[in-house]
Amino acid sequence: MHRYIWLVPLLPLAGAAINGLLGRKLRFSEKLIGGIAVGSIAVAFLITVAAVYSYAFSSNAMWPQTYVTSQDGAFNFTWIPGGAVRLTQGSQEPLALKLREEAAAKRAARSQEQRQQPIPGGSEETRGSVLDVEWSYQLDALSSIFMLIVTGVGLCIFVFATGYMRGDAGFYRFFAYMGLFMFSMLVLVMGSNFLMMFVGWEGVGLCSYLLIGYYFDRQEAANASRKAFITNRVGDFGFALAIFGVVATFGTTQYTDVFGQAATFQLEPLGHWGLLSWMALGLFIGACGKSAQLPLHVWLPDAMAGPTPVSALIHAATMVTAGLYMVTRTNVIFQHSQTMMMVVALVGAATALFAATIGITQNDIKKVLAYSTVSQLGFMFMACGVGAFVIGIFHVMTHAFFKALMFLGAGSVIHGMHHEQDMRRMGNLRKYMPYTYLTFLAGWLAICGIIPFSGFWSKDEILWNAASTRYIPVGWIVWIVGTIAATCTAFYMTRLVAMTFWGKEKFLNGHDHTVEHEVHNHDHETPEHHTHIPHESPPSMWVPLAVLAVLATVGGFVGISTAFTGGKHIGGRMNIVNFMDPIIWNPTTRHFGHEEILDSAGRPVEGTREARAEVVTAETEATEVASPYGEEGFNLAHVAESKLHSETATEWLFILISLLVAGIGIGLGFFFYVKDTRLPDIWAARLRPLYQASYNKYWVDEFFGWAVTRRVMDAARGVFAFDSKVIDGGVNGSAWLTRLSSRITGGIDQYFVDGVVNAIAAFIVRLMSPLFRAAQTGFAQNYALVMVLGLVAAVALFFGADIARAVKSVFAFGL
Amino acid sequence: MQFLLFNFLNPAFGMLLQAGGNGRFAIAWEKAQHPDLSKFLIIGALLFIIGVAGVLTRRNIIVIFMSIELILNAANLNFIAMSRYLQDTGNVNAVAGQIFAVFVIVVAAAEAAIGLGIVIALYRNKETIWVDEIDILKW
Repeated sequence: MHRYIWLVPLLPLAGAAINGLLGRKLRFSEKLIGGIAVGSIAVAFLITVAAVYSYAFSSNAMWPQTYVTSQDGAFNFTWIPGGAVRLTQGSQEPLALKLREEAAAKRAARSQEQRQQPIPGGSEETRGSVLDVEWSYQLDALSSIFMLIVTGVGLCIFVFATGYMRGDAGFYRFFAYMGLFMFSMLVLVMGSNFLMMFVGWEGVGLCSYLLIGYYFDRQEAANASRKAFITNRVGDFGFALAIFGVVATFGTTQYTDVFGQAATFQLEPLGHWGLLSWMALGLFIGACGKSAQLPLHVWLPDAMAGPTPVSALIHAATMVTAGLYMVTRTNVIFQHSQTMMMVVALVGAATALFAATIGITQNDIKKVLAYSTVSQLGFMFMACGVGAFVIGIFHVMTHAFFKALMFLGAGSVIHGMHHEQDMRRMGNLRKYMPYTYLTFLAGWLAICGIIPFSGFWSKDEILWNAASTRYIPVGWIVWIVGTIAATCTAFYMTRLVAMTFWGKEKFLNGHDHTVEHEVHNHDHETPEHHTHIPHESPPSMWVPLAVLAVLATVGGFVGISTAFTGGKHIGGRMNIVNFMDPIIWNPTTRHFGHEEILDSAGRPVEGTREARAEVVTAETEATEVASPYGEEGFNLAHVAESKLHSETATEWLFILISLLVAGIGIGLGFFFYVKDTRLPDIWAARLRPLYQASYNKYWVDEFFGWAVTRRVMDAARGVFAFDSKVIDGGVNGSAWLTRLSSRITGGIDQYFVDGVVNAIAAFIVRLMSPLFRAAQTGFAQNYALVMVLGLVAAVALFFGADIARAVKSVFAFGL
Repeated sequence: MQFLLFNFLNPAFGMLLQAGGNGRFAIAWEKAQHPDLSKFLIIGALLFIIGVAGVLTRRNIIVIFMSIELILNAANLNFIAMSRYLQDTGNVNAVAGQIFAVFVIVVAAAEAAIGLGIVIALYRNKETIWVDEIDILKW
């Protein structure tokens, strides 16, 4: 079935095309549009499940090997055909030779005419390669997980959206955009090369723009969509530069080729900015833009101007994790640069704490969730930065479950509250919306990190890996920051639940429209709508919630901590750590994955794949004490371990700490917002500067407005002034000069040339006129005389000689 | 028809005259039949000169008209003489000159009519027919 994965992105595209192109013209009913959209995603999801099963779990699994559809001709076409690339960077001589051979072989395979043209790489001086970018899909552990998340969570959200968007005038448009988004996201995670990832990357950016600005008649939605698009451009710039670097260095964009070559490069320790460090920097800038890390996080909270299912699908569950996907996909490049690993970890930690503290004071339910998303994305990058890429992806998965659940729950609340988003006007909704409340509780416990909900496993693993990392020297800082952020997370999530579902029914105090709320066409026919009593959402909305709640509850067991299982990653390939191991490069052994079972010839032993999964144990990890980059500095876990003399005990210690901080956060939240509701105001007054900073989001938007927007506008004004003064002045000045010169020449013409001409003419006329005037007597006889004289003259002229001769002869005769 | 009859009778007249006189009449007849062109041309030239002189010198506009008629008739005489001469000497049947003379007569009649009309109009306005008192062509 894995041969048919090319259908997975194609189906949502087809659905989007049908809905978008025909939906309006043929006046599709909402049932039909929803059916097409949900059906296409559902089929794609089923194909994905079948493909992942046949790839990794069936009897003839091809699991550790990467499957690319071009390798057996399942789906392939050359997208950008054969351009010769000159490789200007790189060091290894054997690699250069190999590339030259490859280039020669590719040239030999070409047609006779094409072969006439030399390939620059064939010469001795520079390395070269033929860049054939193909359009083919790749199936491996990473793309499997992302395909499952995208189609699975996407399916839930599509079903929810059919209920949430009912009655909206742009129903067809909404689902066309959503389908297009699914296509782009699937291309992003399934592409087999960097350019396909870039296409998907830009595609999801576009769909995000379209969907944030879905209510384009509202100014803040239009502004938010532009803000998202422009902020993402900054990141895309770095990503594009990194792709150029990849092409210039490796001469190909295909993942398997690039990573195979990159694995042979030297490691670059802290402070060494080698080739791969720069490449990783570019990639990380791209990831920052798409995954809303500091300082490019500003667009994500504003993106909540879109419809709530969009917030759930794009801005919580899938698209914003594209940065994580990219960092994990290129983990070879990142792991070559200790500097960049540290940058990733620190930026992630900073973002996690930063966004979590903002989330404490926000009142808009979607804003809280948005900052929570930013914070959780920070946790994921933290995991990647400390070398635990698998755990980062694990958190992507659990976060997709519980954050999609909470966003959809928030959507259900907003729907039930008639588009009220301010939490200060909610309260005691558990009485009115029991299903939403129960499912939301699961999401709340998961994100707070309460055992055994899914968020606990991934978050605890992140903190444990941060504390025990051997990749960067500042793991203990990351751990402390992450722990504080986790406390804040538990606090603001408890606050959210308490303000929304518990306490007094504050919406009964009357409803004023000063607070902005999501507007869309919704039939206000039932009498409850007029009294603003909340109502439970229809089944099309709470059934996806229930599904996601189950996933958020049990989804974490695929990455169960080794502390619970005797130091082993149990469960074979069902354990995400074992499943994803083959795509993670190990800088110590310089291989992909952990220990290989090799025969005497150095090849992997056939049939040991099953066994191999069990080999990845905590013991093998523990044997590699030294950092692959050299010095590792102060390490919290190792210090604790030296005191406790047991790694499992150390891990238990950290688990207890993380549970304790989650409990403290929840307890504080409970105390503040349930026990004594006066406390928040008292403490806000006491910590007024901090409260103001958090409430105003640390003035980041204002800072960007001052440092970027104002500067750009100043520059634009300057350029405008230059244009209007200098360029227009030049143009106008030349016109003025032309006028001046024409006036001068006109004067010369008028007074000098005309004067001369007139003078001469007048002189001649004056001279000659008496003569001609005298000739004109008016007497007809004078004229006749002149005629006769003329006649005589003519006769004399023409016949004078004849006449003279005749006269002479007469006289001669007479004489 | 007349022309054909004349041609037919011509040898008979000739024979008759030869037989009748001592040849003198025949010579005269011969001369009458073949007149000397130069005399006609001289007469024509004299008429022309008289006409031109009349036009140039006379003050009375009516006389000037008459002088113009003289000039036209001098031209007509030349046409006729030439035509007759060519009939006499050449093989050509040169009636073009005679036809032209008829044209000239017609045109002269029209010219006289218009000219006299102008003279009457002139007299009504200027009360004179003396050409040296009429210089309005100047303006």
